[in-house]
Amino acid sequence: MLRTLVRPALSTVSKSASTISGFKSGTKYGGKTTVTLIPGDGVGPEIAESVTTLFKEMSVPVEFETIDLTKYTLNDEGAFNNAITSLKRNGVGLKGVLNRSGDFRTHNVEFRGDLDTYANVVRCMSFEGVKTHHSGIDLIAIRENTEGEYSCLEHESVSGVVECLKVITREKSMRIAKFAFDYALEHNRKKVTCIHKANIMKLSDGLFKSCCAETAKLYPSIDYDEQIVDNTCQQLVINPQQFDVMVMPTSYVTVVSNLGAGLVGGAGLVPSKSFGDDIAVFEPGARHTWMEMKGMYVANPVAMVLSSAFMLKHLMLNEAGDNLITAVKQVLNKRTCQTRDLGGNATTREMTRAIISELHELHA
Amino acid sequence: MLSGRVCKLLGPALARHNHTVTLFPGDGIGPQISSSVKEIFSAADAPIEWEEHEVYPILEKDGKTRIPQPAIDSIFKNKIGLKGPMRTAIGKGHVSLNLTIRRTFGLYANVRPAKSVPGVTTPYSENGVDCVIVRENTEGEYSGIEHTVVPGVVQSVKLITRDASRNVAEYAFKYARDNNRANVVALHKANIMKMSDGMFLEQCRLVSEKYPDIKFRDMYLDSACMKIVKDPGQFDVMVMPNLYGDIFSDLTAGLIGGLGLAPSGNMGRDGLALYEAVHGTADDLVEKNKGNPTALLMSGLMMLRHLDLKAEADKIERPYST
Repeated sequence: MLRTLVRPALSTVSKSASTISGFKSGTKYGGKTTVTLIPGDGVGPEIAESVTTLFKEMSVPVEFETIDLTKYTLNDEGAFNNAITSLKRNGVGLKGVLNRSGDFRTHNVEFRGDLDTYANVVRCMSFEGVKTHHSGIDLIAIRENTEGEYSCLEHESVSGVVECLKVITREKSMRIAKFAFDYALEHNRKKVTCIHKANIMKLSDGLFKSCCAETAKLYPSIDYDEQIVDNTCQQLVINPQQFDVMVMPTSYVTVVSNLGAGLVGGAGLVPSKSFGDDIAVFEPGARHTWMEMKGMYVANPVAMVLSSAFMLKHLMLNEAGDNLITAVKQVLNKRTCQTRDLGGNATTREMTRAIISELHELHA
Repeated sequence: MLSGRVCKLLGPALARHNHTVTLFPGDGIGPQISSSVKEIFSAADAPIEWEEHEVYPILEKDGKTRIPQPAIDSIFKNKIGLKGPMRTAIGKGHVSLNLTIRRTFGLYANVRPAKSVPGVTTPYSENGVDCVIVRENTEGEYSGIEHTVVPGVVQSVKLITRDASRNVAEYAFKYARDNNRANVVALHKANIMKMSDGMFLEQCRLVSEKYPDIKFRDMYLDSACMKIVKDPGQFDVMVMPNLYGDIFSDLTAGLIGGLGLAPSGNMGRDGLALYEAVHGTADDLVEKNKGNPTALLMSGLMMLRHLDLKAEADKIERPYST
């Protein structure tokens, strides 16, 4: 438990995350980049199939190293370590969601810890063709991915009394704040908002907030403000268009990203990416495996496909990535092919075929 | 032999029984909106006698904060109160007034109904929001236990106890039964916080067994967040620990039009109840006399219903609910 607390502090956050430096490391054979693919549980394999089909169709120079990691193999140390080693070697991964089971820590959380993918970025954007209560949303929720409530330090001190420790450190807070501002600069975003509950959790969230404020001074071209998390949730349902980039400690992202996902049309439409210093993992933004629909091919593959498109851009395959994003938007805007979550009854494969036909039109 | 019954009452009861209610007007727009509420209640002939008291923080020698003794005595005597918004000065060394009040009266459950208000259009008006959040109000992330382990490393403790979890669960189910609500859903993150939220969930399950007429289920917080913005109409009574409750109740207030329309009630031991407006003091509106009394008024109506004065509450609500 103390292991994470006594790691030597970095004197300065000198190394920027791999989003800024661009993709430099990784495995390349014969001009093709090898990427780790972990389909995961539930509908994971089905939406992963959409991606592999699309990449083949587009002749993208990417080779997948597929690691079969599900809730059944998760407790197998060997299989789990194999996945981590592959990700560390390749430097890039595409991942479904791993089901919430296992002992001690859930494996989504362990992944982050072992890989030190400290920054998680969830993108919630509205699509014209998707009917929702609000439109024109394009917000980015950035979370510190390795500490906070998910440090998972719980114990029952006396019978009937459980303590759960939330740890916030200056080192990690500064790191994520810098990431958020660098991200805003790189993607031409105008404002970063720090989401916190420092009025109640004065020391912990207070530390996080002050790190963000300190970092903001180094980026005078980006606007900065702070907002208490309960007000943020209220504002999200009243006027979500006001939000640009939001940075927060880990626990609030559950609420903010899921609210954001619900506002733009559901978990099936929200991509995300996680960054460490030398590694990037792309996966659907809302962590729902939808176990009961496994094998039925009814899931919406858009979240996974968009995540893979962002992965292509990360690999400097910008044209392919942009084309894929445009094709997905066209399919959604035309409303002719809609999976169950969008109110239709298209299958995952039908949706994939619709995206392929849009891609052909783009090239025509 | 005398029978118990002496004679039948033929006319209306002539003696009116007034309920004495403690009133804390509060700060900022508090006094103005409190006076609006008193005026409205009086116009509606509600049998309420107000006992007003000022509330301000007193920092004791031992570092503890308390409120004036007359205010405390009044609440314990009347067992019912209505409170306006209160300001907490920053940097004066004392704990927030709201927290002090909560601790003084042992207010363990916070009840926040969110119902679409006719005439207030939000993107969710069509769905017809009508849900109630019952939030555990004494512990969780708000235990205030924090310390700096070494410089640059801070630890904050979230405390969950079996007793507090059971008490709030009991209240949630009792509320559901008393108010003819069919469903109770517990929101949690027990997949991540297995012990703490796990204990909370276990207590909810145990209590649900005593209420077979009420349908109980649990939901992960993330699923709930997504579902509530897609289709809030599916939610009925929700029970959850402190932090989630704080966030969620502001969220549901947003769905119906904001905190200015959100009533709130707090339950303490032995049937003690304190109703309040949860919005801020809006100091900038005081001079312009533009404070909106709706939230305080709706909390007052919750209070009337608690006192079994449903007819009076309906009478006041009718003009603005049509």
